[in-house]
Amino acid sequence: MIDDRIITRTTVTPAKAGVQWNRAPLPRLSRTDGIAAVGKGGTAPLFFLSLVVSLCALPAPAFAMHISEGILPISWAVLWYAVALPFVAWGLRDLRRRSEETPWFKPLVGLVGAAVFLISCMPIPVPSAGTCSHPSGTGIAAILIGPGLTAVVASIALTLQALFLAHGGITTLGANIVSMGVAGAWVGWGVFTAARRLGLPWFAAAFLAGMLSDWATYATTSLELAAALHGDGSFTTMFSLILLAFVPTQLPLGILEGFLCAGVLKFIRSRRPELLRNVPAGGAA
Amino acid sequence: MKRWIPILILAGILLSGSMSTSGRAASWSGVDETVIEKFAEKAGRPAREPFINTDQGDLLLFVFLLAGAVGGFAAGYWFRVLFPPRRKNAEGSKGS
Repeated sequence: MIDDRIITRTTVTPAKAGVQWNRAPLPRLSRTDGIAAVGKGGTAPLFFLSLVVSLCALPAPAFAMHISEGILPISWAVLWYAVALPFVAWGLRDLRRRSEETPWFKPLVGLVGAAVFLISCMPIPVPSAGTCSHPSGTGIAAILIGPGLTAVVASIALTLQALFLAHGGITTLGANIVSMGVAGAWVGWGVFTAARRLGLPWFAAAFLAGMLSDWATYATTSLELAAALHGDGSFTTMFSLILLAFVPTQLPLGILEGFLCAGVLKFIRSRRPELLRNVPAGGAA
Repeated sequence: MKRWIPILILAGILLSGSMSTSGRAASWSGVDETVIEKFAEKAGRPAREPFINTDQGDLLLFVFLLAGAVGGFAAGYWFRVLFPPRRKNAEGSKGS
């Protein structure tokens, strides 16, 4: 309940606030003044939008693609570690080689690593599904630093999340690296390279790479879960069921990730095209 | 007024989504909960507590805020290294 007396007492005047005002005194705030009265200047629309977004995101933190601790049986956990390890090792070797060749490569890997970490622990509400999920950022990472190094930055991000953010797990780390850092990265890189070789423009190629890398990540998660948990039932049925359950959330988020990927690439092309020198199928042109 | 139109449309979409799903039990849960853990529980392998469980009270908010701040600082630092700010009046100030 709003008390009228409180509103009257807290009315602000320039003299009380000690503010030098140009001409007109500050308007008296009344009960009927809404957020539209906050200002007719440039900040009002942003304030309104941020308020709406905050309202929509009010419920507790929620996570997304990472397979939580203890879900995979130990044999499957070990198998996915074994699958992930060569990709991470190859990525580390790639880092040493490429940073000797290119002086700005390490800062680029640092920026991409921080971005992947932030993007992959940022739940985005999807109104059409009523759930939250996150993009993975591995599509754009693979285009910029290559799929090998994307596995490295994804494994660092996933390890930090598993250790300190109660997000994912140590036993399921290998499976999460494979879905996000290997499948997502290779699909993003492969789609971008193929699209460029087929003559698609940069923006379209980057959009497809971002979108399909996101979907590939969740398809791989479905495969990992179905393979480990189908028991006596059909693997194909369980895989299809899990994949279908992801669709309402990941379909729009994949499209969002496509635009994110294309937007980042467009920005880099306009500001520092030389950073795209090593990008497959096209260079900085 | 024109710039309010896309903002209002976006706000409408966001709010209509939150209203239309407000009755659901798992509203705004992550897909790890609504999909992964649901299937895992059905298969008899529910998720267990993380080794370092920060999901206690407001501790999770704190570590997320910390992670966001550190990650944001790192991203900003490397961004500035790679994309230094443009000096608009560098030549003009030399001449004057």
